Amino acid sequence: MIELGKYAGTVLLAYGVSLALIGGLIWQTVAANARARRNLEEHEKNG
Amino acid sequence: MSIWEYANPTKFMRTTNGALPWLVGAAAVCCVGGVVWGFLTPDDFRQGSTVKIVFLHVPAAMMAINIWVMMLVASLIWIIRRHHVSALAAKAAAPVGAVMTLIALATGAIWGQPMWGTWWEWDPRLTSFLILFLFYLGYIALWSAVEDPDSAADLTGVLCLVGSVFALLSRYAVLFWNQGLHQGASLSVQSGERMSAVYRYPLYLAMLGFFLLFLALLLIRTRTEIRKRRLAALQAREMRA
Repeated sequence: MIELGKYAGTVLLAYGVSLALIGGLIWQTVAANARARRNLEEHEKNG
Repeated sequence: MSIWEYANPTKFMRTTNGALPWLVGAAAVCCVGGVVWGFLTPDDFRQGSTVKIVFLHVPAAMMAINIWVMMLVASLIWIIRRHHVSALAAKAAAPVGAVMTLIALATGAIWGQPMWGTWWEWDPRLTSFLILFLFYLGYIALWSAVEDPDSAADLTGVLCLVGSVFALLSRYAVLFWNQGLHQGASLSVQSGERMSAVYRYPLYLAMLGFFLLFLALLLIRTRTEIRKRRLAALQAREMRA
């Protein structure tokens, strides 16, 4: 187990906020890309 | 072969389709490796375990500035040569840059509270970083506000030029104004000022990881913008027919 001492809350808060922001950015990027590809494919298929 | 061939959306889509899986894999390995390695480093004798925050803060701050520089180059290519892919790449990069700036500001504030005794100080570097974040938000808002995509690319290109002053200031503010709380560069080529190798190598890996993560996200987001532009063009053609 990693010992973070008296600054455990500070370190975990920094990592939590950063990973949440990066995770949200990746999710939004992948979701928007899938949506755009689906919309274009459907439009091209329907002519 | 010329680099301008990639200004062709079809060529760009074909090339990036093959490169993306490798890039995503390399970004994941370096990002996770750098951050986990950084988290496992020993405590600093002054900062204690808060030194682990540097492995998020420094790569995010580095990318916040460099992404704006990349947007500047892409905007200049659009303004001078009118290549649509470059304008879309600048648009695609902005949300990634905004998130990187926010991470740098948030982790800096979280680290600053126990180390400086304050969450925030109107220090030159902190203030110029906050202004850079506001420029990112303004840039994203301007793209959304202007309906005609070419006009939006022109206007955001000019905004990018103006914002570059603050991107440079946020990098060199510590040198311009020899005051404030924020310390100088974390990494130096001069041996006497070098960070210990225990921290330096994981930091290099985390920086590489953040750079590759940005490249992967940039390619995916640019591909999204190209698809949206293609769909809009098809719909406009059908409306006219």
